[in-house]
Amino acid sequence: MAHSVLLIDRSGQLIAHHGNTTEIDILSLSALTAANFGATAEIARMLGEEEFTLLFHKGRSENVYFSAIGEHVIMVTLFDNKTSLGLIRLQINKIIDELSIILSSIFEKGRLKPIEPFRSS
Amino acid sequence: MPFINFSKDEIQCKVVYYGAGFCGKTTNLQYIYAQTREDIKGKMVSIDTKGDRTLFFDFLSLSLGKIRGFDIRVQLYTVPGQVHYDATRKLVLKGVDGVVFVADSLKVQRKKNIESLINLAKNLAEKGISIRSIPLVIQYNKRDLDGTDSEILPMDILEKDLNSMLKVPSFPGSALKGNGVYETLREISKLVVKDVSRKIMLLDKQLK
Repeated sequence: MAHSVLLIDRSGQLIAHHGNTTEIDILSLSALTAANFGATAEIARMLGEEEFTLLFHKGRSENVYFSAIGEHVIMVTLFDNKTSLGLIRLQINKIIDELSIILSSIFEKGRLKPIEPFRSS
Repeated sequence: MPFINFSKDEIQCKVVYYGAGFCGKTTNLQYIYAQTREDIKGKMVSIDTKGDRTLFFDFLSLSLGKIRGFDIRVQLYTVPGQVHYDATRKLVLKGVDGVVFVADSLKVQRKKNIESLINLAKNLAEKGISIRSIPLVIQYNKRDLDGTDSEILPMDILEKDLNSMLKVPSFPGSALKGNGVYETLREISKLVVKDVSRKIMLLDKQLK
């Protein structure tokens, strides 16, 4: 199965992480992931798509799967070559639905809500 | 927007170094990275071209200590300065909490500084942020070239060009030698933390 999962926001801030992430610089990974997602979203718009909702990078032994959850959050799933992509996708699709409900309720409550509207201009 | 992690009592803020191409944004981050203690800094990530130009951004995470029980972590980013990388600059500005505008003191760069500052104001405005309300510090870089063959602008001309309307804190600097680099970082951190504290108080009031 997946060995690590990160939840990050679209500006590159790390929200939460779980699993074997001690060897990884997760703050840099969060910043790069958000940039990667933002760049591909621009490519999508150029091609007439609203957004690419998932990204997948395959390495020799490590793989990474990025999925958008709603407007604000990206989930990063790291897994090794012993795990099949199909299984990961299946599990992620189930989890994303659950997470979307949880996250949207949090955003509505305001604890994680972007506090941009408070800016005086 | 600052990200407040209540489970870890941590506040993460995003500071972007902005300015025209080759003004010294990356050099600022490189100096900070080289001079900062290992235990408070993360790795520095650079996405650049072979010609030393930043292609996407540089990234450096710093821990600034505690304020009201919260660990303050500042994520420093740079943007690519070249005019045609505007889409990338907009991406990096997403969720920005404070900006350091690095101005190039070279006389030949005078127009480019002004254009870059206007570009910053425009890109912030697109995100609903006024350049007059966001924490902002200006650094006049390359002051070490004073007295050399390269002609540089006097400080009062730079102030008049870039800071006569904004009236934000400004510092002379030499990112290469390190002069003014920490003064700039300290000031922007102070302004951002103050701004974040104000927002937390507002948020607390809203939630009560």
